[in-house]
Amino acid sequence: MSRTISWLIVGGAIVAAIAAVPFFVGSYHVALGISLLSYTVLATAWALFSGPTRYISLATVAFFGIGAYTVGVLGDALPWWLVLATAGLIGVAVALVVGLSTLRLSGMYFVIFTFGLSELIRQVVTWYEVNVHRSVGRYVFVDVTQDAIYWQLLGLVVLVLLAGWLIGRSRLGLALRVIGEDEIVARHCGIDTTRAKLALFAISALFTTLTGAVMAPRWTYIDPAIAFNPMISFQVVIMALLGGAGRLLGPLLGVVPLVFLFELLSAHFPNSYSILLGAAFILIVYVVPNGIAAIIEAAWKGFGRRAEATP
Amino acid sequence: MTALLEVTAARKAFGGLVAVDDLAFTVARGEIVGLIGPNGSGKTTMLNLISGALRCDAGDIRFKGVAIGRLATHRIARLGIGRTFQLVRVLGTMTCRENVMAGLAFRATPVWGAAAREQADALLARVGLGKPHVAAEQLTYIDQKRLELARALALAPDLLLLDEWLAGLNPSELLAGIALVRSLRQDGLTIILVEHVMDAIRSLCDRCIVMNAGRKIAEGPVADVLADPDVVRAYLGDADA
Repeated sequence: MSRTISWLIVGGAIVAAIAAVPFFVGSYHVALGISLLSYTVLATAWALFSGPTRYISLATVAFFGIGAYTVGVLGDALPWWLVLATAGLIGVAVALVVGLSTLRLSGMYFVIFTFGLSELIRQVVTWYEVNVHRSVGRYVFVDVTQDAIYWQLLGLVVLVLLAGWLIGRSRLGLALRVIGEDEIVARHCGIDTTRAKLALFAISALFTTLTGAVMAPRWTYIDPAIAFNPMISFQVVIMALLGGAGRLLGPLLGVVPLVFLFELLSAHFPNSYSILLGAAFILIVYVVPNGIAAIIEAAWKGFGRRAEATP
Repeated sequence: MTALLEVTAARKAFGGLVAVDDLAFTVARGEIVGLIGPNGSGKTTMLNLISGALRCDAGDIRFKGVAIGRLATHRIARLGIGRTFQLVRVLGTMTCRENVMAGLAFRATPVWGAAAREQADALLARVGLGKPHVAAEQLTYIDQKRLELARALALAPDLLLLDEWLAGLNPSELLAGIALVRSLRQDGLTIILVEHVMDAIRSLCDRCIVMNAGRKIAEGPVADVLADPDVVRAYLGDADA
């Protein structure tokens, strides 16, 4: 119990320190912070579902885009918190419908389906904007400062980590791990596998959608190609895999180096950005297939063993 | 006495191959029934139909009076049917304790938290496996079989399906395994045993059902069944019958 309390104090202090950053740095660094925080939410939310179940989802941007578009449409019509709540509801509803029809799929089929889903939603939104709204893009008029976006994202980071921690200690968390190991055994243990996967998929989608909603005012102008850019899905997957999708803080370990790498590449090599990004992806998959978290854990255990061995 | 399990005209085909063909039998509470037959005779498919891993094409299976032929696998497990698999299926990266907790946490009367850890360790001890913190994939084949049994027992099942659980054991392990299965019956479990180890069948089973090519060719006390010319023919061919 006292360990939980000391963790809370340490965690609270870290959050407070991160929250204070905008008071001390310029807008470029706040923007970088926003990048870090938003990818932390996205990668952690992705790993909540995909880590234990090992279902690789490329639907991140589908929900992210839904969040952004909800703000684009309702942003100046409703109070901000109501816009966020609406976005969250739509995200969860779509996740439940999609999940019910697709979580039977596994392996490669699920990957392809989620990728197709993102494209489908993008095309539907494009069709609607062209034929009904009669303009492909929208201006996002929401009075939110950059600092406020930063703090809202920090709030989401805290919430997603809290959710992940609670799930990890719950029966739902165990159910998901059993499903990831062997779905047939899971069913023979009495686990309602469809419901467990659906619940986690919806929770993950909720955080992804909210991130999209909070990020929307950053662009001032959105169109389907921006809000549903498939690159976001790929980047989130590679960040989570680099860090380690099996641990709650794993994705964070992948987000930090990669956000800086993307920043560096786009600043210095804008013309060959995609090529270098691809090379980085391949390198990561070959060199750290189990993620940084696994390496640190192994090193920590090795250190412990050596410490025991020396008298 | 009402039957715990009642199989009526069960049928399962994979394309043109009829793996289980019009099979009917009952199992009474407290019995150990052997399900034997040559390779490919449909024994494992029959277990899969009972545990819900596969659905019957036709026929009916009733367990404690409930029709389970169309029920989802997890519902059947919660009703009280536990099983092991012919090819061992443990949750490799999870510890032995977690493997057993998976069986405790989702049954009809779930156990969770400290109580679950305690009961999991007790079940591991029961099957002769300490090692609560060892990852399941690091266990030997035999220990993985033990772990699978502990996980099945964690469901607190009324009916236990053992699919060649005693195969591959050395003579002394076999004796210990037979003693363990017998002790389970004394605890009130009903067991269906798919097995090729005839020593185990002889010393454990009250009754045997012999399958060949998806059909039941004999049923009755073990000694009688094994002397049946049809059974001998199914195993060894015409010349020896």
